[in-house]
Amino acid sequence: MREYLFLFIIVVAGMGGDLCVSRAMKSVGEVHDFRPAAIFQFVLRATGAGWTWIGIGLMTLAFFALLAMLSFENVTFVVPVTALSYAAGPLGATLFLHERISRQRLLGVLIVCIGVTFVWLSKH
Amino acid sequence: MYGNQYKGQTTDRMKDSPGPHFKTYFFILLMVLFAPLGNVLLGKGMKGIGSAKDWAPTDIFHVFVSITTSSCIWLGIACLLASFMAYMLVLTWADYSYVQPASSFSYAVVATLGYFILGETVNPLRWTGIIIICAGVFVVGHTQPRTTEKR
Repeated sequence: MREYLFLFIIVVAGMGGDLCVSRAMKSVGEVHDFRPAAIFQFVLRATGAGWTWIGIGLMTLAFFALLAMLSFENVTFVVPVTALSYAAGPLGATLFLHERISRQRLLGVLIVCIGVTFVWLSKH
Repeated sequence: MYGNQYKGQTTDRMKDSPGPHFKTYFFILLMVLFAPLGNVLLGKGMKGIGSAKDWAPTDIFHVFVSITTSSCIWLGIACLLASFMAYMLVLTWADYSYVQPASSFSYAVVATLGYFILGETVNPLRWTGIIIICAGVFVVGHTQPRTTEKR
C-alpha cells in the first residue's frame, strides 16, 4: 500500500513541480542573451516568481518521496515506474498550461503506461 | 499556424548546424550515465539507512538526519546535479526534441547499473517493461516540443 502512496506523491508532486516551474519560466519569458550578467538577471526574475517557489517545494516533496520509496524497493523497479510522470504530465499540461496534446504524444504515453505495467507486474 | 512557423525555425536551425557532433554525444552520454548513477547511489544509500519503521515523527527525523549525513546520498545528489547541468548545457545548442528522446536510454542504464552495482535481480518481464518505456519516451520526445502561442 505504501508503494502506491509514495509513487502517487512522486508522480503528482513531481508533475506539479514541473508544471509550476514551467508556468514561472513562461511568465519570465524566453532567454536570448546567455552572457553571465543576463543569466544573473534571468535567475533574479525567475526566483521572484511565486510559481518557481511552489514548484521547488513540490519537487522537494517528490524527491523525499523517491528517497522513501528507494528505502524499501529496488532502484530497478522505482526509477522505471516513475516514468508514469510522462503519462501524468500531458494531462496536467492540458489542464494547467493549456497545451495541446497530439495523437503521437498520446501514443507515446500509452506505450509508457504499458511498459510501467510490465515493470509493476515483474515485482510479483 | 505557430506550430508550422516553429517547425520551420527548427528545420532551419538543424540545416545551419553541421549535424550532431562530438560534444552533443559527449554531453548526452554524461546525462544518461550520471542520472542513473545518481539514482543507484540514492538507492544504495537508502538501503543502508533503511525505511522508517512506524513513520512516527521521531522516526522520520532520525531517517532525515541519516540521509543528510550519508555520503552515498550526497554523491547521488551530486551525480543528479551533474546530469542536470549536462542537460541544461546540451540544450543551449541542441534541440529539445533531439535531446529528450536520447535521454530515454537512462531507464535501460539504471537497470544495468542496478544489476551490476547493487546486485538487483532484473527478470525478463522487467527488462521488457523497461525497453517498452524507453520506446514510449522516445515516441513522446519525437512530438512537437511547443504547442502554445509564443509570448
